[in-house]
Amino acid sequence: MSAAEDVATDHAAVAAVPKKALALGPAASLVILLLLIATPLFVKNFIIFQMTMWLIYAIAVLALNILTGGSGQFSLGQSAFYALGAYTSAILMEHFNVNYVLTLPVSGAVCFLAGYLFGKPALRLSGIYLALATFALATAMPQLLKLGVFEHWTGGVQGLVVTKPDAPFALPMSQDMWLYYFTLAISIGIYLASVNLLRSRSGRAMMAIRDNEIAASAMGVDVALYKTLAFGVSAGITGVAGGLGAIAVQFVAPDGYTITLAIALFLGMVVGGVGWLPGSLAGSAFIVFVPNIAEGISKGLSGAVFGIILIVIIFVVPHGARQVAYGAQHLIGKLRRN
Amino acid sequence: MLSGRQLRLAALSAAALAYAATTSGALAQKKYDTGASDTEIRIGNIMPYSGPASAYGVIGKTEEAYFKMVNDAGGINGRKITFISYDDGYSPPKAVEQVRKLVESDEVLAVFNPLGTPSNTAIQKYLNGKKVPQLFVATGATKWNDPKNFPWTIGWQPSYQSEGQIYAKWLMKEKPNARIAVLYQNDDFGKDYLKGLKDGLGARAATMVIAEESYEVSEPTVDSHIVKLKSLDPDVVLSVTTPKFAAQTIKKIAELSWQPLQIVVNVSLSIGSVMKPAGFEASQGVLTAAYAKDGADPRWDDDPGMKKWTAFLDKYMPGADRTNSNLVYGYGAAQTLVKVLEMCGDDLTRANVMKQAASLKDFVPDTMLPGVKLNTSESDFAPISQLQMQRFKGEKWEPFGEIISGEVNTN
Repeated sequence: MSAAEDVATDHAAVAAVPKKALALGPAASLVILLLLIATPLFVKNFIIFQMTMWLIYAIAVLALNILTGGSGQFSLGQSAFYALGAYTSAILMEHFNVNYVLTLPVSGAVCFLAGYLFGKPALRLSGIYLALATFALATAMPQLLKLGVFEHWTGGVQGLVVTKPDAPFALPMSQDMWLYYFTLAISIGIYLASVNLLRSRSGRAMMAIRDNEIAASAMGVDVALYKTLAFGVSAGITGVAGGLGAIAVQFVAPDGYTITLAIALFLGMVVGGVGWLPGSLAGSAFIVFVPNIAEGISKGLSGAVFGIILIVIIFVVPHGARQVAYGAQHLIGKLRRN
Repeated sequence: MLSGRQLRLAALSAAALAYAATTSGALAQKKYDTGASDTEIRIGNIMPYSGPASAYGVIGKTEEAYFKMVNDAGGINGRKITFISYDDGYSPPKAVEQVRKLVESDEVLAVFNPLGTPSNTAIQKYLNGKKVPQLFVATGATKWNDPKNFPWTIGWQPSYQSEGQIYAKWLMKEKPNARIAVLYQNDDFGKDYLKGLKDGLGARAATMVIAEESYEVSEPTVDSHIVKLKSLDPDVVLSVTTPKFAAQTIKKIAELSWQPLQIVVNVSLSIGSVMKPAGFEASQGVLTAAYAKDGADPRWDDDPGMKKWTAFLDKYMPGADRTNSNLVYGYGAAQTLVKVLEMCGDDLTRANVMKQAASLKDFVPDTMLPGVKLNTSESDFAPISQLQMQRFKGEKWEPFGEIISGEVNTN
């Protein structure tokens, strides 16, 4: 047995998450939703912008969660799809004057295709080998974006400046607030679709592959198809997040989408809890806000402080936000019984 | 009859009224925007303290220490500088987030010396939209000198194009029949230099520049490009390269026993990361242009400006490595800001800060080479546009010749 098979079959790459535990209960979901809707009414534009970025990264983390938590494949290349989505939106908006709303489905479709095509050869790899192949993709992307051939479209190293959209129908809200609610609506849509996907027949097939590839194929699951599909869907959703990111930041440049972003997304997924979709919000909050906290503690040692926080979290709650949420649920249950 | 307590209250309110009356009289002349008050001026900054460009973080730390020195000496017209510097990790999205935090949450008067071309491009539109000064950006791209389209953005160091022009001017004078080969990095940095050189040569560019060879940053070595250039037999090589490739170029040219006149650009004048790895022997006679003094050069030991710089380092940044050119850079930039704020007087509005930043007349920070002066005007947003040629001799740079100006017209 080769080392690759060893990794793929002997150990489940990801702890199996029961299907019914994919999402939050209705009460908790409602509370979070209300908070997400109400908070922007009371805070400054800057905080709203940060919350928008939080949601956008949450979408990207969710996409990775579908891939890793759902189908058990690793990817360190999400930044490449994020960049592809961002550039697709930016180029459509700036060079073709396409409405920003319409650029997002295009970004999603382009990235779905790219992810699907990348998933084809990647099928031969699994576990850490796949992670390395996607790592190569993430490293290559910023350089590809700088290539002279595309410079007319991508703006080369200079990047592209994107115009921020105003609120439509003369709604009395700032650009930031409008963009937040726009992002929120898309996030909710993607979240619901993802939960449904993983609960569907296809989702069951993906999870079967995650738990045991050989058993899944023995049961008649088309392993190749579902693995590439998972890659495509994940890349597509990441692309939408990238497009939203470009609109919110108003700028795309190769240096914004380095391997650091891919690792941050991976980190977000682990901290949020692998395979637990609501954890994407917590994971994204971690990658958006914790570096700022670390910087507040020590500017010179912000990286070290960040590392310590991360180690403590992994040590105390190895399953991330999922573990915290379950712990809280048990506690509430106990209190009710008493 | 008033009780003691009422009396005290009455006296107090009378005093308060009197105080308000006098200060409001004074306030009539003082003008403030967000971020400035009678006691404080809040200045924001972003720097890559982490990430691939974190070596530049020293600039932010130097500036912070410099403002501390200014505050210890009483501040600027009695106002203390509060310097808020955040880490953007050289990532444009993070730069936007941090700058918005500075403007909307920390409410700074101006954003000063943000570093990096991508980060500055990302925040330029936002800051100009909000009419917040983007002062003395720490990048050499030429596009910052564009007062018509971006009246709230102003550069500081010489632009790559003006440096390219300076080499052109020098070559036309010293070697009018030069056959120039240019090796350049295939990005905005390299192309800016090339444009500057050609603009400077004017009509003679077509005959003098005999080869333009570009390389990608991703290439492991530029050796093959050097061999190709040698086959064309130029007598001047202009190496528009970043430090790693600059060292390779000098080394390869020496290996080929080829002896053209070599010019490396200011970006790669570091002795520690270019000349030493290339080999001091191979580096003899290489030329470059500089605008600031070298902190490690004993020539400046008795220079009043550099004495102040040394005293500052000893007191506020003990243990700093004096060969690090970022310490010189940060000091000069911070001193320029302090000068502008002094010129603002009691009119600390954002508009006036921009107006004063665009009215520098022959200002000379302590760290500039003798003769280099900072000048700006309503149509010139490039403070430093003078450099002096230097030749590498022994183990250090030796300035020679006159100060040369390269004026870039962006319009």
